[in-house]
Amino acid sequence: MNPLIQFTLFLADSNLILSQKNAEWCGHGPILEQDIAITNITLDLLGQARYFYQYAAELMNQAGHTHITEDSLAYLRTEREFKNLLLCEQPNGDWAQTVLRQFFYSVYQQSLYQQILQQSNSQLSAIAEKSLKEITYHIKWSSEWVVRLGDGTPLSHHKMLQAIKALWPYTGEFFTPTDFEKEIIPIDYEKLKMQWIDSVQNVLEEAGLPMPQNIFMHTGGKLGSHTEHLGYILAEMQYLQRTYPNAQW
Amino acid sequence: MHNGNNMPQTQEILTILGQVCDPEIPVLSIIDLGIIRQVKISDNQIEIIITPTYSGCPAMDAISIDIKLKLIEHGYSQVKITSILSPAWTTDWITETGKRKLKAYGIAPPQYSGSPAKNVECPQCHSQHTKLLSQFGSTACKALYQCNDCKEPFDYFKCH
Ligand SMILES: [Zn+2]
Repeated sequence: MNPLIQFTLFLADSNLILSQKNAEWCGHGPILEQDIAITNITLDLLGQARYFYQYAAELMNQAGHTHITEDSLAYLRTEREFKNLLLCEQPNGDWAQTVLRQFFYSVYQQSLYQQILQQSNSQLSAIAEKSLKEITYHIKWSSEWVVRLGDGTPLSHHKMLQAIKALWPYTGEFFTPTDFEKEIIPIDYEKLKMQWIDSVQNVLEEAGLPMPQNIFMHTGGKLGSHTEHLGYILAEMQYLQRTYPNAQW
Repeated sequence: MHNGNNMPQTQEILTILGQVCDPEIPVLSIIDLGIIRQVKISDNQIEIIITPTYSGCPAMDAISIDIKLKLIEHGYSQVKITSILSPAWTTDWITETGKRKLKAYGIAPPQYSGSPAKNVECPQCHSQHTKLLSQFGSTACKALYQCNDCKEPFDYFKCH
């Protein structure tokens, strides 16, 4: 498959899977305002995913596939075809783990999309431009939560430590480019990593949380090798279209 | 906004589009919202170029359908809606009329993105003495505030 299509699907899938996980909080948030906040972020991620899927579908149909749509890409691909980051498919855990996952992802998204914005691919740049405005809010919200819990009670601090331990091993994948990433657009992964580490370190410091060092990092999500969690997510998300093909509202 | 070459007809279409409302904030028309970027008129088709407000806004699909229906009602059957993302929509494109309507409706209108942040004014009692309750309100475009004087909670159409 053409590297540009793979890259576009990688961006789409990461957003879709994280939005699907976040959506589980709908109606279960700790208080009403925060329930609304996480579901608003979820909608943004889903909307951005739709732009990427629409673009990927267009590219695939041009390349000779037939009848590819944003829906068929989301609902009819198998686990091995999904290219989302492993971080995005990790369990919600408690609130600490959910807000930390969002924070890690949003900071990464911001740096990556800023680089995409500089590229000559006009559709990807346009989606990046639109998304960056929304990501600014996501970072503000999630970083405030990381500080609030990290610098809160002994219990909330402990929960944040647990969240870092659970999620940190999935962040290395951000900066390990696959072949399709290397082939399509010149992204400076060193710069991406430095910016990410810098932003995360600032917030963790403010929160009184330690920055993990030299931890083993999992990779593979971008190439379709997922943790055991993705299968369950897809089973639930794709159930309707798999059971009743072409069902419509 | 760029208009096509056919000015009187473009004006007529814009007037019709002025009757299409945002389904989530029904006092605002899509013209007030500033999402109509261009109207292209050719012999057999009218193309309306719109830009989405927020990526995840479910109102966008409804708005596209409403535009088509409203134009069909006025005898335009060949209507194409094209959505463009760049330049990205900003609340600065909400018209002054739109901002007045928002305020009358009880939603504090957005401040200009370039100007220094001021206190958000309470749409009920006009007090500047207000506080942010949540960055995220009932829809993607709003934040939740409360007035310290009259104590009313209210929505602020946040700067974007
Ligand atoms: Zn008041």
